[in-house]
Amino acid sequence: MNRIIITVVGKDTVGIIAAVCTYLASKNVNILDISQTIVQEFFNMMMIVDVKDCTVSFTEFADSLNKIGEEKGVQIKCQREDIFDKMHRI
Amino acid sequence: MINISEVIETNKMIEQENLDVRTITMGISLLDCATDDVTKTCENIYNKITRLASNLVQTGEDISREYGIPIVNKRISVTPIAIVGSSCCKTPGDYVQICKTLDRIATEVGVNFIGGYSAIVSKGMTHSDELLIRSIPEALACTERICSSINVGSTKTGINMDAVRLLGDIIKETAEKTKERDSLGCAKLVVLCNAPDDNPFMAGAFHGVSEADAIINVGVSGPGVVKYALEQIPDANFEVLCETIKKTAFKITRVGQLVAQEASRRLGVPFGIIDLSLAPTPAIGDSVADILERIGLQRAGAPGTTAALAMLNDQVKKGGVMASSYVGGLSGAFIPVSEDQGMIDAVNEGALTIEKLEAMTCVCSVGLDMIAIPGDTKATTIAGIIADESAIGMVNQKTTAVRIIPVIGKGVGENVEFGGLLGHAPIMPVNNFDCSIFVNRGGRIPAPIHSFKN
Repeated sequence: MNRIIITVVGKDTVGIIAAVCTYLASKNVNILDISQTIVQEFFNMMMIVDVKDCTVSFTEFADSLNKIGEEKGVQIKCQREDIFDKMHRI
Repeated sequence: MINISEVIETNKMIEQENLDVRTITMGISLLDCATDDVTKTCENIYNKITRLASNLVQTGEDISREYGIPIVNKRISVTPIAIVGSSCCKTPGDYVQICKTLDRIATEVGVNFIGGYSAIVSKGMTHSDELLIRSIPEALACTERICSSINVGSTKTGINMDAVRLLGDIIKETAEKTKERDSLGCAKLVVLCNAPDDNPFMAGAFHGVSEADAIINVGVSGPGVVKYALEQIPDANFEVLCETIKKTAFKITRVGQLVAQEASRRLGVPFGIIDLSLAPTPAIGDSVADILERIGLQRAGAPGTTAALAMLNDQVKKGGVMASSYVGGLSGAFIPVSEDQGMIDAVNEGALTIEKLEAMTCVCSVGLDMIAIPGDTKATTIAGIIADESAIGMVNQKTTAVRIIPVIGKGVGENVEFGGLLGHAPIMPVNNFDCSIFVNRGGRIPAPIHSFKN
């Protein structure tokens, strides 16, 4: 399983998606799906990405995205897709 | 493909409703470590556990990070030490030496507890069983991370009343030896009936002799998630209520199953079981008592509590069983007092007594758990409490347990602070009418008639 779910939660500002996408492209990570919604006035974005050809380790990948999140004032979280799959699919 | 609302739901459970995996427990057989020399046995134990479990904590942390799910405890359970040390231990002090070795190993591999300083004496005690039991007060006083459990009865064998009587004294002695720390030693000692071989939860975890060389067992949690789900349906009837609990339990358990399989794969150790338990913590909102209140009781302990708990326990199992390939351990809602803020509040307000807790243990796992009682409670009274609880387990073919703490120097109305996951507790009154003639009779209570199934 090489899919990772990236979630971005926080106050909507300009350039969040751009910053995340730029980073993903630089590490050779393909985006499979993007969706977003507003929950209780908070911007929620979810990306499903394929890290099959990713050039860095999971830890470095997650840490770098956390850092981008901090710079933009949002929370960015990376989780392997299985946890959602197992919980919501039989 | 997963959609955003599912992702938000899962992360809300983790971030706001205290969903976590309570423990990954590696069970390790120490049968092949036994020798006729204590020092050599300790060396073998050290070598085996450190070989198998050196990556346990790191693996748990890696899984936690990659899936974004907290894994609160990484632990080890071992073969009952009374068996492992039976050839080499000639005195209680010899067993204490093994206990100290285990404590050193726990610190070195970074696990917060090793369980299995245990003896299985449900029908009779061997000499080595008795030596281990007599070593418990010293062993628990001079170590930090060791849990001890003694199985004193089963549906198949009846209740070993000699062991029950002895443990009344041992619990008092353990309390006395750790009185500077509010008798903390007793929080690491549990007396069981029908103890399972594959329980991942402390203090009763040990790696039974029916188990493989090493296995991974996982205990899930999530009272907060169930509570939140019930808050969304305040007026629902029992059908809807039960369905909601089942669905929630299914989701919680699937996470446990994922973590267990992943840990098993990465460590190269077979997956054993998932323990489907609602395990509370002292954190606000992570409480089984709170669930009972959402079901419609003013406080845990009110009339209706036993029925509500029976229903909750059953639905958790029904939802969880389908989510996991192997279920075992204790699998039921835990009702410890000191580890559950809602239970503590109920005791403080006079809603919950030991007698009501005893009734509740008839319908859920596990027993009278983390209950602080006055330090001057007689050893025979403690033995009587153990006998009652064991009888419930024996007759109902379920696991029951007693983990009570006679807090030396303190009485009813005072509080005791154990710290961390062990929490804090008000000291509860005990029925002090005498039972010494009963518990001093000696021998064992025969197995009940319905155990003869052949």
